[in-house]
Amino acid sequence: MESLAIDRIIFGELCEAVGDEFAFELVDTFIEETPGILAEMRAALATADADSYRRAAHSLKANGKTFGALEFADLVRAAELGGFSGDSGRDVAAVDAIEESYEAAAAALKALPRG
Amino acid sequence: MADSGSLLLVVDDNKVNRLLLARSVETQGHRVELAENGKVALDMLRAKPFDLVLLDIEMPEMDGFQVLEVMKADAQLCDVAVIVTSAVEGLQSVVRCIELGAEDYLGKPVNTVLLRARIGSALAKKQLRDQQRAMVRRFATSEVADDMQQSGFALGGRHVRATVMFSDIRGFTSLVESQTPDETIELLNNYYALMFDAIIGHGGVVNQMIGDGLMAVFGAPLPLAESSAAAVRAALEMIEMIELLSVDRVAQGWPTLRIGIGIATGEMVAGYTGTQHRATYTCIGDTVNRAARLEAFTKDVERWVLVDGAAHDELGDEFAVTALGEHMLKGKSEPIRVFAVDS
Repeated sequence: MESLAIDRIIFGELCEAVGDEFAFELVDTFIEETPGILAEMRAALATADADSYRRAAHSLKANGKTFGALEFADLVRAAELGGFSGDSGRDVAAVDAIEESYEAAAAALKALPRG
Repeated sequence: MADSGSLLLVVDDNKVNRLLLARSVETQGHRVELAENGKVALDMLRAKPFDLVLLDIEMPEMDGFQVLEVMKADAQLCDVAVIVTSAVEGLQSVVRCIELGAEDYLGKPVNTVLLRARIGSALAKKQLRDQQRAMVRRFATSEVADDMQQSGFALGGRHVRATVMFSDIRGFTSLVESQTPDETIELLNNYYALMFDAIIGHGGVVNQMIGDGLMAVFGAPLPLAESSAAAVRAALEMIEMIELLSVDRVAQGWPTLRIGIGIATGEMVAGYTGTQHRATYTCIGDTVNRAARLEAFTKDVERWVLVDGAAHDELGDEFAVTALGEHMLKGKSEPIRVFAVDS
């Protein structure tokens, strides 16, 4: 069954704009870079660095929209605009949800037929 | 149409965004370099000339707002066009970017068709600005050209103390009659090239050219230390150049050239006059009239360079000067002190 983590129309538009080969190069870069940015979000949570937390979330927002990972984009947007809630358990759960959504999006992107 | 070989700088802390923007730019036929934050971007902008910057806002080290602030305050960078590409939400950040000098603002993810159009438009505008600047620099020093550019050539005047120079070729009318039109134009082109170099080289601005005559000002629109001495130095260099040009002409069987130069220092009103469509930078006032009359008076006293009393009093000992006494010049109600600069 096809994953709903990626909007195929949006990803198709990306491929049309930059070419399939380059679109998948971007996918590879996204998959290489994102775990590091998520780790930055967790580190920012641990040190109560609200600015770094917001900036990391912001950085991922456009990536999510670029690839059609809309749920992921919505979650990082909520983290960017909402910042820390003051409840550390809730904030950790929010980053967990972002990470889970990212894993689903990455798996869906990897599963897309190349070439 | 914009130059297809422009050099663009993409500034974004996110690698996917950097690569995506770079690809879009390259497919338009432009060259591109990448920076991962504002600090790196400024270093790159200072190291080589870029035509356009695609700038992210949210970045570590130095954000896009700070980059725009620094660029706006830097005379070398303030003309580089910037298109902000950002996912920052809210109208406030768009307004702030435009107020800080950004040419345009595109939300991320950036639509490639829109990006192509905005890049084309920004580069076309930059090309026009470059052409305008190059044109102004043919008449003035780069500092004055920058000042004119920054002031936006706004109409309006102000009182300044400066030095005005008038110069023309002696016996030009009979020269013209003895030459073909092409020869006359070539002579004028050579003459103006040499005179412009001398004037601009000493900090002056050429305001007007009428036939064989020209008017230059030293000390406006930007103040110039020792404006009288700068004008006299320029005058002496102009004479040296004319003598060299004469040697060439005599070798080709043409008569020698002579010029007359009048210099006066004092208060004047300086600024852009004209309409919103056509304007010129000029100076108006008694000082200007005095310089014009002194230039005409060089024929009567058979001297190359005459200066008025105010200019003479500022010269110091650098130049050999002969006092010619007080003279009532044409159109003046009172006599003025006249001095000849020995060349």
